[in-house]
Amino acid sequence: MTHSDRGAGRPLSPHLQIYKPTLTMMMSMAHRLTGLALYCGTLLLAWWLLALAGGAESFAAAQAFFSGFFGRLILFGYTWALIHHMLGGLRHLVWDTGHGFGPAQIEWAARATLAGSVVLTLVVWVLGFSLL
Amino acid sequence: MVELTLPENSKVGQGRHWAAPAGAVNVREFRVYRWNPDDGKNPRLDTYQVDMESCGPMVLHALIKIKDEIDPTLTFRRSCREGICGSCAMNIGGVNTLACTRGIDEVAASGPINVYPLPHQPVVKDLVPDLTNFFAQHASIKPWLQTATPEPQREWLQSHEDREKLDGLYECILCACCSTSCPSYWWNSDRYLGPAALLQSYRWLVDSRDEATGERLDDLEDPFRLYRCHTIMNCTKACPKSLNPARAIANIKKMMVERSV
Repeated sequence: MTHSDRGAGRPLSPHLQIYKPTLTMMMSMAHRLTGLALYCGTLLLAWWLLALAGGAESFAAAQAFFSGFFGRLILFGYTWALIHHMLGGLRHLVWDTGHGFGPAQIEWAARATLAGSVVLTLVVWVLGFSLL
Repeated sequence: MVELTLPENSKVGQGRHWAAPAGAVNVREFRVYRWNPDDGKNPRLDTYQVDMESCGPMVLHALIKIKDEIDPTLTFRRSCREGICGSCAMNIGGVNTLACTRGIDEVAASGPINVYPLPHQPVVKDLVPDLTNFFAQHASIKPWLQTATPEPQREWLQSHEDREKLDGLYECILCACCSTSCPSYWWNSDRYLGPAALLQSYRWLVDSRDEATGERLDDLEDPFRLYRCHTIMNCTKACPKSLNPARAIANIKKMMVERSV
């Protein structure tokens, strides 16, 4: 092999295919995906506000969508994405101060974010329904 | 750039099977990534059945036994066999680590053990990755003492407290386990320095004797070189020396903020 063709045709070693998933890695992906979901959720919110501005007829149409099973399912997912992303943001805020990097702390924070996002989502919905 | 799948020439096929010697009772199976630069074929996964009755406890023991007794063509780097040289860094059981300090039982109590080269690197042969870029990145952070004041008559002095700040940083052996475990580094290793180089960068940033702190930070002030770290934490989990590159990177980001307020 001459010096000039060194590196030519070399395969790339496997990466995502073989790396054992870690919780913190999954949480990083979840943070990105929920962030993406929030874009879609904000569009729904904008639609709802536009419908409100458009008058009684358009608002009733939007309300009908959001109070249906499918609409509620989307809103429930939106709530979870929002809270998960918010708690993830708090986790990042703590990290930005240079704290919370211990091996046990990173696992604990990941689990707390997951559990907290589910519990808070349920709390929001229970409160929402009890106020209806 | 994010590319979730492997290029055509990198897809791993089924390889040879090397059965255990007759009469072996305590057998472990090792599935090892193979690529021969001379035969023009794709990489393959060879299976070696190793008699554990005559094998040491570490993964490196098994690899050396395979090379000595089963298949002399198997290629891997190794040197010190005690976790200080960083040569035998590879992906074992899905995690980057050193083959010499990782016990076979530690990987899995039973079942096959997968052995791959460090992830997302060009392969030279079998378990040997091309780390040219990795070492060039390390050189780029100027890993040496930079001073402007005249050299003292004797050594540069440092208080005990300042010396302590280097603990957990200077021990890095540059094995590349951390950088090649990082998805952000996989996608952007052409522009993102990666955890190993950044940990070393912080080792000089925090050194009380170094007088190039400002220049060092200027070099890192870039959307990619430093800020591609998204605290995924694979680096810290992979480090075979139990160092914490994620924390070092966070401390650099903190220094960036502190100098601008």
